Amino acid sequence: MTGICSYGGYVPRYRLNRKEIFEQVGWVNQATIGYTRGEKAVCNFDEDSITMAVAAGIDSLAGFDRTRIKGLFFASTSMPYKERLNAGIVKEALGISDQVRAADFSGSIKAGTTALLSALGDVESKYLDNVMVCASDCRLGKPSSPQEMICGDAAAAFVVGRDDVIAEFEGSFSTTYDFVDHYRGDASLYDRQWEERWVRDLGIDLMISETISGLLKKYNIRACDFTKVVYPCIYPGVRKKLNSALGISPKADQDNLQAEIGETGAAHPLVMLASVLDQSKPGDRILLAGFGSGCDALCFRVTENIRNLSHRKGITGFLKEKAELDNYTKYLAWRGILPVDTGMRSEEDEPTRWSVLWRKRKEITGLWGNRCKRCGTAQYPQQRICVNPECQAADEMEDYLFSDKTGRIASFTGDMLAPSLNPPAVYGQVEFDGGGKYLFDFTDCNLETIKTGMPVFMSFRRKYRDEKRKISGYFWKAVPRIEEE
Amino acid sequence: MADGIKDKVAILGMGCTKFGERWESGVEDLMTEAFLECLADAGIEKKEIQAAWLGTCYSSLHAGKSGIPLGTALKLGYIPVSRVENFCGTATEAFKGACYAVAAGVYDIVLALGVEKLKDTGYGGLPMAGAFGYIEFLRGANSTAPGLFAQLATAYSSKHRIEMDMIKDAISHISAKSHANGALNPKAHLQKVVSEEMIKKAPMIAYPLGLFDCCGVSDGAAAAIVTTPEIARSLKRNQDIVKVKSIQASVSSGEEAWFSNWDGTGFVTTRKASARAYEEAGITDPRHELNMMEVHDCFSITEFVTMEDLHISKKGCAYEDVMNGFFDLDGKIPCQVDGGLKCFGHPVGASGLRMIYAMYEQLLDRVPEIRKIRNARLGLTHNLGGFPHANICALTIIGKD
Repeated sequence: MTGICSYGGYVPRYRLNRKEIFEQVGWVNQATIGYTRGEKAVCNFDEDSITMAVAAGIDSLAGFDRTRIKGLFFASTSMPYKERLNAGIVKEALGISDQVRAADFSGSIKAGTTALLSALGDVESKYLDNVMVCASDCRLGKPSSPQEMICGDAAAAFVVGRDDVIAEFEGSFSTTYDFVDHYRGDASLYDRQWEERWVRDLGIDLMISETISGLLKKYNIRACDFTKVVYPCIYPGVRKKLNSALGISPKADQDNLQAEIGETGAAHPLVMLASVLDQSKPGDRILLAGFGSGCDALCFRVTENIRNLSHRKGITGFLKEKAELDNYTKYLAWRGILPVDTGMRSEEDEPTRWSVLWRKRKEITGLWGNRCKRCGTAQYPQQRICVNPECQAADEMEDYLFSDKTGRIASFTGDMLAPSLNPPAVYGQVEFDGGGKYLFDFTDCNLETIKTGMPVFMSFRRKYRDEKRKISGYFWKAVPRIEEE
Repeated sequence: MADGIKDKVAILGMGCTKFGERWESGVEDLMTEAFLECLADAGIEKKEIQAAWLGTCYSSLHAGKSGIPLGTALKLGYIPVSRVENFCGTATEAFKGACYAVAAGVYDIVLALGVEKLKDTGYGGLPMAGAFGYIEFLRGANSTAPGLFAQLATAYSSKHRIEMDMIKDAISHISAKSHANGALNPKAHLQKVVSEEMIKKAPMIAYPLGLFDCCGVSDGAAAAIVTTPEIARSLKRNQDIVKVKSIQASVSSGEEAWFSNWDGTGFVTTRKASARAYEEAGITDPRHELNMMEVHDCFSITEFVTMEDLHISKKGCAYEDVMNGFFDLDGKIPCQVDGGLKCFGHPVGASGLRMIYAMYEQLLDRVPEIRKIRNARLGLTHNLGGFPHANICALTIIGKD
């Protein structure tokens, strides 16, 4: 049996109310008032599609041994690197084996379902054993555009395998058309869209319906056989029309999370699927469709194994952990749309020295420390000579992963001098449960809500943005678990 | 068997520039200014100096590397010049080199000079880039010195169950005291009296440190000429001789940053180095034997916890001593008698020698009545370079018999 063995989700902490957007920039385009319902999830200043993919990947590893992963597919239309395997960064950050096949899937917001299909194919044909698919997007809409209102940021991850399958893959049907409802050129920052009526009537209405019908016909099944039907489409009128034409009941029509997250591009069908799995029961049948330059449709049957799945936050959990970003200009600055002056201190040029990063890739990108085989002391960064003064054994270390460990805040501060897009820069000493201590930046928190002794977990984040070379560098930050206080 | 530096070296002369925003002066001006005062005080000719040690830290901003800037600015006549750097202990490191050379009997008369020209960066605070190596760029927190030292306060508050408000009271008293002392000193960078109330109301730099909890970033230089006590006595028949009683240092061993045995409330290095310094100087009860101190008050909280690490205040009891005025100018052990880093200023590579200068002029009764410390015989200087979790500590004790 081939199918989904585990899954995870990620929604960034900050939510921007669409009315706030309209209040600030709605004067330019009054028509965007039609999109002001709900809020959209937005990346923190130190997040992008890679960091969100890692966060969802970590969520999907709950109860799944990371050493079993043999493939890693990353789908996104907002990958930080054009050349440098983005999936390679995700792989290092997730601490999975070097002997994996990794690939980036991009070019269309259907890339998420396409990556999932490729993984299912590789696993079914026994080329690979367990493949993780991470899909993540943070697409930019130009200020005052409908896309600014519509698009949100989130990620989902699935482990596809043949053992302990929770959702059996039953089949798929795909179509491909060079249909351009929206596009981004080689150097464009913002998504551009053709007339909405055309997108609705020709794109969604025709192509999703053709593909889903194709699937139903291919396997001789009916839409009403599905407990949930998952497809992205933000237009309520079109959904209604499509549902009635295909025979999808309102109960089976999965909510598209437009009011809570927004349209998350290549990740969106998978984000919706992850949120369906949060509620699924054995026997449930799920139809999943991804749309963009054509359409993919896949069907799954939920198995008994879903009852044995370890606890994870999932999309449902992340939706609860939110904080309002009540400041539109802060959002613009975080996304690099509004250039702000962070002072001369931030202007010192430091190129990334790739040979150093290569030597230290496990320590920096993976947050691997080590543990002394003689005295058992866990330590970060990796040491040759044991840091325990009573031991000091030389070269008797084994690798030890810190990214999955929790810790406690030993000391902290909020620093107004350090250049930051979210001042004050909050950081402090973290003592890990199980040993090890290091000074980390804190994120997704504010100074007022944290105190010493508070628990933290680790999150992979953008460490720096090199504007001269237009690249980002990554490291780990500590996230105070405010909800658990 | 080695028996330390005590009484093997005497200070023949010292000099110190005015510290401050010396927009008009370059690094060579500052070195020349400190040196000329030092040479005149020593009462010797330049050619009698046999070797020199130059201390400077952020040299890429001003002088560049090596001993060449000192040799060429002062025209030292082809003598050996060593350049040393050890963060805020840089000048003490230069002093140590000079003293060790004399104590070893290699030279009779040696110059130590520390200098820093910081006010050419265009922004406040110290430059960070490169100070901790490239690896910090990849994995270090987006931190600054105030933010790292500020954490002493949250850790201390949590460990000793002293409310943050009380810590703010104590550190405000510390800064107010240093401002009062600095106001009496024409060479100090900041010469204004500031009330504790004003200190508490100042804008926050890094919680709980406000603007007045941070020391000045200054330009300046200080110098000493050292020799043997015998030569000093032969050259200065009618005055007290100031002798070196101890020079000690300690460098972090990785435990504070990466092991769980450090509580973040003080400096392991200072505890170790000061204990060794008292032993070298023959001091058994520092709280009752020391007469004055210049300590590393880069931030008010640093001075606060240092009082415990120097074994002057008991652990968890610095608050009482500070609030009772134990370290005020008229207290039992006046601290920062010239204004400290806080107000005299902190040109990193000059600070250690500036502190020794402050002790030296008190020991020789060269200060005006208003800031004179009665019957001063022993003074301690203390530098702390780096950050609480990874640092170097350098100490000296000087005195007259």
